[in-house]
Amino acid sequence: MVLKERPVLMVDFWFLYIWPVAWIVIKIVAIIIPVMLSVAYLTLAERKVIGSMQLRKGPNVVGPFGLLQPIADGLKLFLKETIIPSGANRGVFILAPCVTFVLALVAWAVIPFDEGMVLADINVGILYLFAISSLGVYGILMAGWASNSMYAFLGALRSAAQMVSYEVAMGFIIITVLMCVGSLNLTDIVMAQKTVWFVIPLFPMAVIFFISTLAETNRHPFDMPEAEAELVAGYNVEYSAMTFALFFLGEYANMILMSGMTSVLFLGGWLPPFDIAPFNWIPGPIWFALKIAFCLFIFIWVRATFPRYRYDQLMRLGWKVFLPLSLAAVVIVAGVLVAFDLAPQV
Amino acid sequence: MIQALAFYMFAFMTIASAVLVVSSRNPVHSVLFLILAFFNSAGLFVLLGAEFLAMILVVVYVGAVAVLFMFVVMMLDINFVEMRQGFLQYLPIGGLVGLILLCELLTVVGGWVMAPEAASSGLSPTPDGITNTHALGAILYTDYLYLFEAAGMILLVAMIGAIVLTHRRRTGVRKQVIADQLARHPADTIELRKVDSGRGI
Repeated sequence: MVLKERPVLMVDFWFLYIWPVAWIVIKIVAIIIPVMLSVAYLTLAERKVIGSMQLRKGPNVVGPFGLLQPIADGLKLFLKETIIPSGANRGVFILAPCVTFVLALVAWAVIPFDEGMVLADINVGILYLFAISSLGVYGILMAGWASNSMYAFLGALRSAAQMVSYEVAMGFIIITVLMCVGSLNLTDIVMAQKTVWFVIPLFPMAVIFFISTLAETNRHPFDMPEAEAELVAGYNVEYSAMTFALFFLGEYANMILMSGMTSVLFLGGWLPPFDIAPFNWIPGPIWFALKIAFCLFIFIWVRATFPRYRYDQLMRLGWKVFLPLSLAAVVIVAGVLVAFDLAPQV
Repeated sequence: MIQALAFYMFAFMTIASAVLVVSSRNPVHSVLFLILAFFNSAGLFVLLGAEFLAMILVVVYVGAVAVLFMFVVMMLDINFVEMRQGFLQYLPIGGLVGLILLCELLTVVGGWVMAPEAASSGLSPTPDGITNTHALGAILYTDYLYLFEAAGMILLVAMIGAIVLTHRRRTGVRKQVIADQLARHPADTIELRKVDSGRGI
């Protein structure tokens, strides 16, 4: 068939190129703005929760119940001067916080908020998440090196070793979940939990996974890279104003992301706990947000409860405890799936 | 059109960053450009429809191998003047290696141009209707099982070898035995005493 030649109209151009791109941009904004808002209010929630656990009130001065505190903090950081140390490697110094921040946001592209409610429903979603979370180490490593400061450098080295170690255990636990699902697609992973959330049959793995995410996000009790008692503030000592704010936002966005990952892998994503009347009236994204909030509460609870690990014990826990346990879990889960013929047919 | 644009962008970035890996003066910058090169090749894999390979490239090379590169390079105190001095000395052998690689590449591309059907006969095309993760798994764990296991064994042996070579047993180190620590009981270690004021123990 020969197509009739006709002049390319502005309308074609609009529908072929501009509108799809604009639609994707709208979807991205619709994901990023709630994420950034939750990051802002996560900082407030953390201070409030830790305050209650320590019998204090937490921030309560700015706005009603201190609700405007995150905005005041953000404004303060925004108005301060960005100082670049004279001995620093300028380009890498500025690139490092940008890398941390961007990596914390791009991972949200594959997170499913409800059935079909996902920006990019790719086949290898969980691998994409794993890849992006393993890249988080670069921001910290680059910051530590470019600052040209011993404290920052030591923090960066600790962080690199820590994140690489715990990624191994996380990888094996993801494999156990994938064996129960038979797909790397995040929507499929959630749909496979329709009968029972994986946290019940795979409970030990869920616990190990959660502890590994604590180490992966450099949170307490594994916040070695910024152990303020020994390293002042670790990798971000030399950063000020917006460059520091980007690190801070990146860290909290990563916490939310890791909670989202835990919810998708073990807590059934957007699914209600029971598929019966009062539960399934509530829409999926709200269930998902509730599960993320639950995980974040545990993050904060752990921070308020546990003392910081010693560095050698952290390494021992990663390599000598979690790695053998998760490796054994892969073998055991595979064995059970084969023996009882439970493996998903693909 | 968008695919072609994406291809040229990834290809250009891969080559440009590969050139910068070799030519930049600062070794840490070299490693960063190497990471950029890996990233863009992952993009090329995605364009080819090999999304599993793309992600594995990022997880393994960028997420693990390049971190270790960076780790080592950052700790080294490299003297650039000394490194440049050896340039002429190594030029012949480096040139030879480059020449051999170029010849091999030309052979591959030549075969591709002259006999386009030859390349496809060696491949196992992805069957329709399954993702390339399934396809790779199916072929690795059936047809190439022994080779796959052998590769795993070689890697394991290499790892053990590296540990054996670098491990040294230091004397006089006081190691913490975790089991002993956990076995301690408050009753054995803590003693409560009533101290009279102004006396001391």
